[in-house]
Amino acid sequence: MATALKLQPSEATVYHVRNGSDGANFRISEFSLWYGVKQALFDNSLDIQKGLVTALIGPSGCGKSTLLRCMNRMNDLIDGVRVSGRMTLDGQDIYGRGIDVIALRKRMGMVFQKPNPFPMSVYDNVVYPLRVDGVRDRASLDEACERALKGAALWEEVKDRLRENALGMSGGQQQRLCIARAIAADPEVLLMDEPCSALDPIATSKIEELIDGLKGRYTIIVVTHNMQQAARISDNTAFMYLGRLIEYGDTDSIFTNPHLERTQDYVTGRFG
Amino acid sequence: MGAEHTVKSYDEELKRLNSAIARMGGLAESQIASAIQAMSRRDSELAAAIVRNDEKVDQLEREIDDMAVRLLALRQPMALDLRNIVSALRVASDLERIADYAANVAKRSIALNQVAPVRPVGAIPRMGRVVQEMIKDVLDAFVNRDVQKAIGVWTRDEELDEMHSSLFRELLTYMMEDSRNITPATHVLFIAKNIERMGDHATNIAETIHFLVVGTPLRATRPKHDSSSFAVVQPSSEAKEAQ
Repeated sequence: MATALKLQPSEATVYHVRNGSDGANFRISEFSLWYGVKQALFDNSLDIQKGLVTALIGPSGCGKSTLLRCMNRMNDLIDGVRVSGRMTLDGQDIYGRGIDVIALRKRMGMVFQKPNPFPMSVYDNVVYPLRVDGVRDRASLDEACERALKGAALWEEVKDRLRENALGMSGGQQQRLCIARAIAADPEVLLMDEPCSALDPIATSKIEELIDGLKGRYTIIVVTHNMQQAARISDNTAFMYLGRLIEYGDTDSIFTNPHLERTQDYVTGRFG
Repeated sequence: MGAEHTVKSYDEELKRLNSAIARMGGLAESQIASAIQAMSRRDSELAAAIVRNDEKVDQLEREIDDMAVRLLALRQPMALDLRNIVSALRVASDLERIADYAANVAKRSIALNQVAPVRPVGAIPRMGRVVQEMIKDVLDAFVNRDVQKAIGVWTRDEELDEMHSSLFRELLTYMMEDSRNITPATHVLFIAKNIERMGDHATNIAETIHFLVVGTPLRATRPKHDSSSFAVVQPSSEAKEAQ
């Protein structure tokens, strides 16, 4: 077994990021988070490029999911969470005073590890976010449903069974349904927390293909334990360890020639 | 090479791959040494043995290919491991070519033994020594992941190119002097070319080592001094009169 590496607090993050044509969407600077007295994130600074796919990788407990959940303030729901530092979306301070968290979350779709369709029809699942928003017009709902299902590469499979219960679908279809639901309200950002870890290889390939197709239209941030997946689908990869951002750079370099020994040891399977 | 993998059999497979490269390199080195010896001693038997031995090198290359493909498929290697496996494939194919050239030298030396010795044969062992040293050093550099040593080999190829060019001009002159020299001189010319090509493959291996260790290709341009492609020797006036 490789011995766990100890981190020096002074160790600086190494950056070699591929820049998107539209600049940064998220700007995160010196962001820290505490669960009660336990610090989970330490002074993380990174810009997430607009329209690109960014993968967050690292061993269990490194803080990658925590960081992802900070982006739409899902950590607010946990007692005793405290944050410091800055996180902005298109210049707007996510943790600023008087920010409308609901409006903020509408700008981001989120997909979780396990598909979580609501116990209702395929159609009702997809248009749920629009109905919550108060859209009642049948034609707009139909149109949004078709567009979202097409966007999630599910339309051909379910167009004849839109009224059937979503829970009767396969796991892979359910996950693509959740992606359709996440993009139905036309968000800017898609946050994905291990979107394929509960799926079989074929369903995983479909999701990966889908992520590739959604790239450009959305800024996509994916947390994944599957390094081959991160290598395949992302433009930039952030490697985190013990709550710190270690190396953040273009995916090609991270997986073929990382700048830091520590990143290399992780991506080659020497620790973690 | 950093810490060990969590999966130990992965380390063992990588070790086996690298030791197969070392074995293949050793075999290629001894094939060259024997080929040069067979030629300078006019030993047709030794030359025939070299031609037969080439199959062993080919066999090792196939083994290395199999190991590398298996590692790629089963381990999905990343970063240094990935470069290690890709480099093994490249080095194996360069070594296979080098050994092929050694076998070619041996074949031609058998043909040379059928005719009277030609004068500049002495230059061949000199070229042979240079290329043997280059290959020895580049293999050491591969085993020790020594980029500086690899770059040293890479620049030394210049010397071999120059030797080849001057031998080329010399042989043209001999052939013009006496057309009976054409047969042996042509064989010697091909032998020299084979040795020169071995040097080129040694520089390929040096470039692979750079990629393996540093992660980027060697970008500088190598000094090239093989001008034999452009060499023209005009017949002297006496030779013209003799015609």
